[in-house]
Amino acid sequence: MTAEEIREEVLDILENIAPDEDLTNMDDSVNFREQLELDSMDFLDIVMELRKRHRIQIPEDDYLNLASMDSTVTYLTPILKDVEKAK
Amino acid sequence: MIRSAEDYQRIVITGVGLTAPNGDNLAEFRAALLEGKSGVNNYHIRYVGDTLAGECHFDELLYQKRKELRRGTRAGSVSIYCANQAVSDSGIEWSKIDPERVGVYIGVTEHGNVETENEINEIKAFDYDTKVWSHHHNPRTVANNPAGEVTLNMGITGPHYTIGAACAAGNAGLIQGAQMLQLGECDLAITGGVSESIRTFGIFAGFASQGALAEHEDPTRASRPFDLNRNGIVVAEGGSLFILERYSDAKRRGANIYGELVGHAMTSDASDFVLPNPEQQARCMKLALDRASINADQIDIVSTHATATTSGDIQECVALRNVFGDSTNTLINNTKSFIGHAMGAAGSLELAGNLPAFEDGLCHHTINVDDLDPECALPGLVLGEPRSKKEVTYILNNSFGMLGINSVVIIKKV
Repeated sequence: MTAEEIREEVLDILENIAPDEDLTNMDDSVNFREQLELDSMDFLDIVMELRKRHRIQIPEDDYLNLASMDSTVTYLTPILKDVEKAK
Repeated sequence: MIRSAEDYQRIVITGVGLTAPNGDNLAEFRAALLEGKSGVNNYHIRYVGDTLAGECHFDELLYQKRKELRRGTRAGSVSIYCANQAVSDSGIEWSKIDPERVGVYIGVTEHGNVETENEINEIKAFDYDTKVWSHHHNPRTVANNPAGEVTLNMGITGPHYTIGAACAAGNAGLIQGAQMLQLGECDLAITGGVSESIRTFGIFAGFASQGALAEHEDPTRASRPFDLNRNGIVVAEGGSLFILERYSDAKRRGANIYGELVGHAMTSDASDFVLPNPEQQARCMKLALDRASINADQIDIVSTHATATTSGDIQECVALRNVFGDSTNTLINNTKSFIGHAMGAAGSLELAGNLPAFEDGLCHHTINVDDLDPECALPGLVLGEPRSKKEVTYILNNSFGMLGINSVVIIKKV
């Protein structure tokens, strides 16, 4: 998956987790929790969804890498580089 | 003796919020009952396949955001809808209520089956890898979930919990709320019963294995308590929550009072896991009458529990004959013939649908009785069409459940 494909995937996950939010003007450099109503359970949903979709196990120590869209894409790019985007 | 209580110990119903398979508020529900309109439809559920059920169609987004729906449970949504509707119906100015003094006591037959089955179905796709088991599972399945979701939604900081009481839960919730008001644990109680049971295949499969799941080519005719051709239970979902207040408080604010809880009782059969015990059912009714300080023939309407199983229907009729004899003053009806068995919600929905009788003097009928079982031929049974009564002063509501749990409430017109 390319960085752009990973961004689309994370956006898709966020749309499911925060269905009442408008994500069109999301700032990729700003922490999710500063611009969206996300709590710790929602955050775990992101981790869980990535686990379900790509069978990847993100260590708890790495969770802070999933703070913003930019940091998430940066973190996931090497992990998902050989993975095909799900249809 | 509840009747001799002082005004601050008298408990009255001042609001009703409900969702049933044939109505999403009391007016709609009552109209459907008087019109003979069923709420049972064809239904499909995984593993079991095509069956029948009473499904509710209330607007979940009226009081919840989509995110809250995603996170919570169906029982939670039913409870939130009913609680908000009940508060609105009560005329209480919610912003002036002290949230610390509100208690939420909700009866449930079971809770957690739906959510557990969903998770097992989900991990099945991952070869039962429990690493994809949801972190939402525990908050969704804790037994207090439906009541807890109400407190989160409405900002209530008083006590909340559910009352697990099989199919006697609707009455049990009401009784619990009344007792907590009398003990001074709260000043306003949101009470009754809810059910999400049609979302779990296990309920259907369990009744089918027991030979107690109804079948009929016409869904609206499938739930047939007291009819010789009945063949079991139609499972339904729903909820009915009441606002309970002390009579002194309700009177002070000029509240519309649906009725007063003047008698209640709960007993146990101690005889069988599933088979009813008419002696204990009769004792429960007599205990409630005793506490209300009235005789059986003063009851104007009995709302029966009968679920359309042969044994259950007949045994309840044995108990009713024991208590009411050949009295023709007491009219008898059954709501499950319209909506099926709403499990934890059954007792409170069946009571709610009868409360308007205090105003309109009508006892709604029992539908789908084409060939009355002679063993259920009680003199006061109302079949075919509603029957009017000059005055309705007392309603007795039966609700019984597995493991031999019996509950009876008596409501008096105020």
